[in-house]
Formats: sequence, structure tokens, C-alpha cells
Amino acid sequence: MTIAAWLEHAKQDVERRGLPALRPLLEALARATSALRAADWNGNARV
Amino acid sequence: MPESERRTIRELVRAFAARETTAERATEECLQAIAAQNATLNAFITVTADEALADARRADADAAAGRHRGPLHGVPISLKDLIDMRGVPTTAASRVRDGHMATADAPAVARLRTAGAVIVGKTNLHEFAFGTTNEDSAFGPARHPLDPTRSPGGSSGGSAASVIAGMAYGSIGSDTGGSIRIPSAACGLVGFKPTLGAVPTEGVVPLSATMDHLGPICRSVDDAQLLFDVLRGDLPSTPAPREARGLRLGLLRPYFMALLDDGVAAAFDQACARLRRAGAEMADVSIPHAGDIAAIYLHISLSEAAAYHAATLERLPEAYTPNVRLRLEMGRYILAEDYVRALRGRDVLRAEVDRALAGVDALLLPSLAIPAPKIGAETVRIGSTDEPVRAVMLRLTQLFNLTGHPAMTMPCGTTPDRLPVGAQIVGRPGADAALLSVARALESHLGPGASR
Repeated sequence: MTIAAWLEHAKQDVERRGLPALRPLLEALARATSALRAADWNGNARV
Repeated sequence: MPESERRTIRELVRAFAARETTAERATEECLQAIAAQNATLNAFITVTADEALADARRADADAAAGRHRGPLHGVPISLKDLIDMRGVPTTAASRVRDGHMATADAPAVARLRTAGAVIVGKTNLHEFAFGTTNEDSAFGPARHPLDPTRSPGGSSGGSAASVIAGMAYGSIGSDTGGSIRIPSAACGLVGFKPTLGAVPTEGVVPLSATMDHLGPICRSVDDAQLLFDVLRGDLPSTPAPREARGLRLGLLRPYFMALLDDGVAAAFDQACARLRRAGAEMADVSIPHAGDIAAIYLHISLSEAAAYHAATLERLPEAYTPNVRLRLEMGRYILAEDYVRALRGRDVLRAEVDRALAGVDALLLPSLAIPAPKIGAETVRIGSTDEPVRAVMLRLTQLFNLTGHPAMTMPCGTTPDRLPVGAQIVGRPGADAALLSVARALESHLGPGASR
């Protein structure tokens, strides 16, 4: 799942659950996840 | 000033032997300090005064009869309130745990008792140890004894406050991202996070099961050694004596010194200069992937915490403090593939710390990038930017929870505002005794803490 798709799903879910205060935290988590996925140690099936 | 506010454990034990004081008197002094200051400092959630006095009187009777129970015979100690003590609630500073009563001592507590310790009570913490300031507690924030408008650090904030305020001679805290070292540094104390697994964590409310450690908060390296020996269940060790002269220290500069409060940086630099004058050798070393530490830590810690709390987040969501609830909920959205990536990143970082340690006796870096923050502050000014308090407080300690290397903070001076600054040393996994020997050699050169 792309980070953009994940973030969209997650935001919709927290709205549904009545936790809108989670939105900025999820956006911060998305930035950390982007950094994690960009790290050069990650294995990649295409390599 | 009560004796407990300036004596080390070792000095108290010597005073017992010289019959200058008794366990009962030492315990009474700690209980008096609690009675006088806890309304302000909020360091304790539960005070076990009656049991402590009974245990102290028994210790004195045993001593009079020639029965010495162990190296902590009659010494008043406090416990972070996420460690089980039989017959006492383990609150973890959360309403989620309302009604809990521990039916057995955690192994670490049993070892303290076997060694003769007198437990004076359970100390305040950031709810479920999930924070660095101690502000989010169902029992209200613990406050810094040197300045009650400030946080003592966290999550073992009540433990550090209890020691510096003379309410206990030492305390047992837990450390998942820095929760022993952060408050110890903020309060001018010694705090030791041993190698992962060196001290059993059974009977302790977990935060992140693969990164949780138990260890001591106290006034000296000697006391840390004594408490660590008891906690790991060994006979008191006699570490090989070392001198600062000839010690090889790896200075972790890139990333770790890029974001420091000016007062912290100055105090740390001055401590390094004193170590050099004492004959310690220093060489710069680095962690090539240090820039990834925070992301790796976040994905592992949030995932593991969310797994433990999932059922109560559904059943008792309103029982959590709002900030802790939100951070736990964040962990429920992390994908398995990203948790696995973070585990891989942890392996990379562990190898890089091992490489940085090759050829040196220990790594050296500051323990905490800022002095104790004001209670309620969400950001702190460093240079020309405002940085989030939580991230800045974790920045220098969380790596060694990921990798499991032993790490210790020692006081190394103060800021211009007289707030304590800590220096952190890091050793090889399993070589806790060697790290304690290095700490002993450096301690007198690092500079004064606020606590003595």
C-alpha cells in the first residue's frame, strides 16, 4: 500500500471512530514512514 | 537538609556499620521528606510507610543479632509504579489499572528484598511510561525538586525526584527510550540502563516489550553498581579499577550534537575538556544511519505498545489520559510491512553501534539535549528553531534501547540557570561491569551534579 493511500484510509477511519485529533499525528507518522521506506537498507524484490 | 538528601547508599551502609544511624532512623527521615514535600513534588503515588518502618525495625533487629541480609540491609528504596510489589496496586499512573493489586513481587523487587532493601513506596511516572515529561499521569505531574515549575523528566520522573529530594536513597526505574537516563540527567543523578535482558522485566507493566529495561537511579556510580548487582541477582562485584588516563572514548558528534541547547553544549564541552586534561583520549565516531533512528524507534515502539493496549483501548478508552491514548491509537495504524522494515533498521543500527565501539572503551555523548523543561511546554527553543519537547528529549537515548547496548548517564555540570546536565557513556552488550568501571574512572572528572 502506498503511503498516500494508507494515510487516506487512516484519516477516514479516525473520522469514523470520532478521533479527529489523530489526524495530525497520522500525518507525522506518514512522514516517518516515508523516511523509513526510503532508507537504503530496505530489501526490494526488483533489485 | 536530611541525611538522605546528601548521603549515597554506600555512605549510609557505612553509617549503619559505624552505628551512626539505624535503618529505622534512615527510613523515618525519608518518610518525613515525603510528608514534607510530596504535596509539592507529587513524586509518590503510594507510600508504604507502615510496611517500610516494620521492615526497617526488623533490619535493625537482624543487625543487632548479627544477621546481615545483604548489601542493601536497611536501605530505603523507591520503585517506579509499574513494577509489582506484593499487596500494593501497580497503577502505571493510569486509571486503566484501577482496582489492580499485585499478588507477588516482581523478581527485581524480590531481589531487592533479599538484599535487605526497605521499600518506601511507588513513584509517579508518565502514564504507562509512554512519555518523557511525567505530565500525563492520572495522579498529576511529578515536579522537579530544584524548580517545581519544571518537569523532572520522564518517564521515571517520580523516581528521580524521590532520590534528589531525599525521599529514598535510590530508585528503580524503567527505560524504553531513555526513561531512566532522561530524568536522571534532568535531576543531576546517575542513571543506568543495563544491557537488554540483564535485569528481568517480569512483573513490570510493559511499554515496548523488545526495548524495556529496568535499572537504578541514584547518586553515584558506586551506588549504581551496588543496585545493579542486586537487580541482576549476583553477588556484589569488584570491578577492575581503572583511571581516566588512557581511557579511549568515542565521541558521537554527527547527529547527536547537532541539536543541543547552548547551556547543555557548553557544560558537555567543558566536561570533555576536563576528561582530556585527566588523560582520557577522545576520537570522533559516527553512526552512519543516525538520521533514521527516530523513524525506526517510532514504528517499533508504537506497534509494540499498541499490541499490549489494544483490548483496553477498545474497552476503556476514556480511562487513558488524552495524549497517551492518541499516541497508542497511532500505533494501531502502522502496517506490518513497516514494522518489519523498522526491525531491519534496528539490526543495521546495532551493527553500526558495535562498529563505533571498536577500538574504544566506551562511547561518549550528552544524555539529554535540553535542561529540564517547563511543565506544559510543547516546544523548546534551540538556536533559532522551536523543537518538539518529546522528540528532543528522546533524541540522544532511544538508539540504545533499539540496540540494547548498556548506557549510563552521570552529572557533568549545569547550565547558566543551574539546571543539571548529563553525560552519557555506552558500552558493549553484556559488558555492563566494564562500562561501570569506565564510569567510575570518569565520574570525579565529569563535574558536579546538582544533587551533592
